[in-house]
Amino acid sequence: MNGAPQVHYLNVDYGIRSWLFTTDHKRIAWLYLLSVTLFFFFGGFFATLIRLELMTPQGDLVQAETYNKFFTMHGVTMVFFFLIPSIPAVLGNFLVPMMVGARDLAFPRLNLASWYIFILGGLFTLASAAAGGVDTGWTFYTPYSSIYSNSHVALTVVGVFVTGFSSILTGLNFVVTIHKMRAPGLTWFRLPLFIWAIYATSIIFILGTPVIAITLLLVGLERVFNLGFFDPARGGDPVLFQHLFWFYSHPAVYIMVLPAMGVESELVTAFARRRVFGYSFVAFSSLAIAVIGFLVWGHHMFVAGQSVHAGLIFSLLSFLVAIPSAIKVFNWTATLHRGSISYDAPMLYALGFIGLFTIGGLTGLFLASIGVDVHVHDTYFVIAHFHYIMVGGSVMAYLGGIHFWWPKMTGRTYPEPVARVAALIVFLGFNLTFFPQFVLGYLGMPRRYHAYPPEFQALNVMSSAGASILAVGYVLPLIYLIWSLRYGRVAGRNPWGARGLEWQTPSPPPTHNFDVTPRVVAEAYAYDKEPEETYEFGSPSRA
Amino acid sequence: MNSAVPAAPDAFEVRAHQFEDVEQQHHASWLGMWVFLATEVMFFGGMFAAYAFYRVGFPNAFAAASNRLDVTLGAINTAVLISSSFTMALAVHGGETGRNKAAIRYLLLTMLLGAVFLGVKFYEYHEKFVEHLVPGPAFRFEGPHAHPAEIFFSLYFAMTGLHALHMIIGIGLLTWMALKARRKRFSPIYYTPIELTGLYWHFVDLIWIFLFPLLYLVGRHL
Amino acid sequence: MSNGAHITVKTYLTVFVILLGLTALTTGVAFIDLGGGLNNFAALTIATVKALLVVLYFMHARTSDRFTWVIAAAGIFWLLLLLGGTLDDAITRNQLPGELQLTP
Ligand SMILES: [Cu+2]
Repeated sequence: MNGAPQVHYLNVDYGIRSWLFTTDHKRIAWLYLLSVTLFFFFGGFFATLIRLELMTPQGDLVQAETYNKFFTMHGVTMVFFFLIPSIPAVLGNFLVPMMVGARDLAFPRLNLASWYIFILGGLFTLASAAAGGVDTGWTFYTPYSSIYSNSHVALTVVGVFVTGFSSILTGLNFVVTIHKMRAPGLTWFRLPLFIWAIYATSIIFILGTPVIAITLLLVGLERVFNLGFFDPARGGDPVLFQHLFWFYSHPAVYIMVLPAMGVESELVTAFARRRVFGYSFVAFSSLAIAVIGFLVWGHHMFVAGQSVHAGLIFSLLSFLVAIPSAIKVFNWTATLHRGSISYDAPMLYALGFIGLFTIGGLTGLFLASIGVDVHVHDTYFVIAHFHYIMVGGSVMAYLGGIHFWWPKMTGRTYPEPVARVAALIVFLGFNLTFFPQFVLGYLGMPRRYHAYPPEFQALNVMSSAGASILAVGYVLPLIYLIWSLRYGRVAGRNPWGARGLEWQTPSPPPTHNFDVTPRVVAEAYAYDKEPEETYEFGSPSRA
Repeated sequence: MNSAVPAAPDAFEVRAHQFEDVEQQHHASWLGMWVFLATEVMFFGGMFAAYAFYRVGFPNAFAAASNRLDVTLGAINTAVLISSSFTMALAVHGGETGRNKAAIRYLLLTMLLGAVFLGVKFYEYHEKFVEHLVPGPAFRFEGPHAHPAEIFFSLYFAMTGLHALHMIIGIGLLTWMALKARRKRFSPIYYTPIELTGLYWHFVDLIWIFLFPLLYLVGRHL
Repeated sequence: MSNGAHITVKTYLTVFVILLGLTALTTGVAFIDLGGGLNNFAALTIATVKALLVVLYFMHARTSDRFTWVIAAAGIFWLLLLLGGTLDDAITRNQLPGELQLTP
């Protein structure tokens, strides 16, 4: 079994050059994993500073200007440099070719270029942080960003602009790969639901990201050449910026959460040992979310001065997105029903995801109705809502996915008991951090202020305490996952007994993923069959 | 080193390792290019949306400002760009039928027409500069519409500038293709790069087909 | 596998001539007052016809597989979503008392 030393993608070549010039999707996934982890802790550093400042009602750690830079750097880093690339670029890169039975993505060199573009964009943003930071908020609202702010807006905007092309090219690569590179017999309705989710995400990458790119370009042009696109003093309309910005940035929420939903479908089926309930509903709800997600952006602008007519339409359409999301939650729950469930760490994250995503989604409906939104707009209620989606949803699923596929990526298993403890700490810390913020927001505490009335202190201290617990929960996996690289048990090709195609090749996989191109005869969740009945590794591949 | 290169590469050599065969590879590249162009539609789309938004808000100002553009030069340039699309189509046709010389000839002709377009464009920019129609502190526009007219010209320069940038990139690609063709890198089995360059070039033409009436022809009848 | 295999030089030439003709037409029509916003309609219709000709013939969409059509359609559909949402706001602005308006 694991006797003879085996050649795989990790030991086929050594040295820094073999990593920096690799075109192997699995190695590029590692490049992304390292870089987004760094960005995660960079963004987390600013979150820590924010929570520290908010321990007391007065501004004692920093004053307003610095505080503005803290939450801007936190938002920009977490959104553009962690959440958006996290699951697609790390797990997607690693898994998409393996799940479709291909040797690599369709355009491996483009894939490597995407990583370099990502890093280039990241460097611009880090440079702006080093030069003194930005204070516009991650939304770059005009005319503040285009005219009045004297922080390093241009540098950051260039960083986000450049990084956008990394997303676009990654999405392009995925779409072409999923269309053209599937193994024989792997029909659309045999694909893992993770692939459907990544496909839907790629649609948003391809059709949404260019709009934010051009919008930020216009802001940059306005700033540099003194134009008046968004300057009300010169006939421009700041609300137009918000239209263009949210046309991308609302769907960007689905860039962050759709891949998480894909991971979720894999985890729930593997640990309940059941076929997913209502496969085609889960699959098509991903596409539905990708499309409907583009119809609702005006719900960020109810109080910004868009027309009442537009507000009503956007409000109505926003409720529609709840339908495909609810379908998914129902189907996962139905899959769990009567499943033989094992509570390994990935499953703990998956269960946490279902609960937290549901809370995040339902509070989103509050915000979608104009009347309630007028009350809680720009308060901590909004902060809590989107952190439940992005941290409670996406980050939980990301961690669950990293744990689940860690044996495949490294060939080693992580230590299960400590991983379960870490998952529980993350869940507890998260709720303690963000649930009080719902209350704070409902009571009227506005976002983006470094000081607040004393009566809000108790809840803020709770939140800050929760954040420190959450930090422990995030540092723990960093430690034991690194530890397991050397000391973890050797995993074998399929430690979870899962049915996906990626588990039918050695761990770590060989450079070309499969020694023999597989032939697929059943869907990825055939837990009622043996893996041998789902995949045929017959004749050697043509390569 | 040239002597070592075979006259026309056979199917096996042009296939990258991740593909099963050249046909799959060609399909993938073709799709990839179309997907990229869909991205480009939305890239320009943001500016078209901004244009439409302000055109609805300031119809009269846009008409007045549009009348300051040189419609003759605009129409001539449209014809030039359409001609370059035609020669580009012929270059791709040359590639796919294995007429390498014709392909090179038409690639060069396409580049030439592209350069003419850019020349006319920069002449127009210069005119606008002289007439104080470049947005910014030096912008002068008589009448009640100065502010929205400045927005019109901001959009004019942003949209045509981005379009011109695409043209410049396109001419770069054409140069590369012409060089590759001269080294006989293409055959009827493998001419994908010319084909994709063609798609890109036609797309740039497509954008201009909309830019011309939207920028030059507003309110000419008034 | 060649997407343009069925298109002849003669077809390209015909399309080219039609495109030049439409350019002349759209320029000419712009100077005639058609009234009632018909000038805008004419300009956009002619541009759309020209664009279709370029896509179908020069870009070989006519002889391509279904998925090429889907991608092209998706690009157009998403562009219409963007235009639709922003224009809905622009057109319905300032219809109720107290709403903001675009001020020149
Ligand atoms: Cu939203």
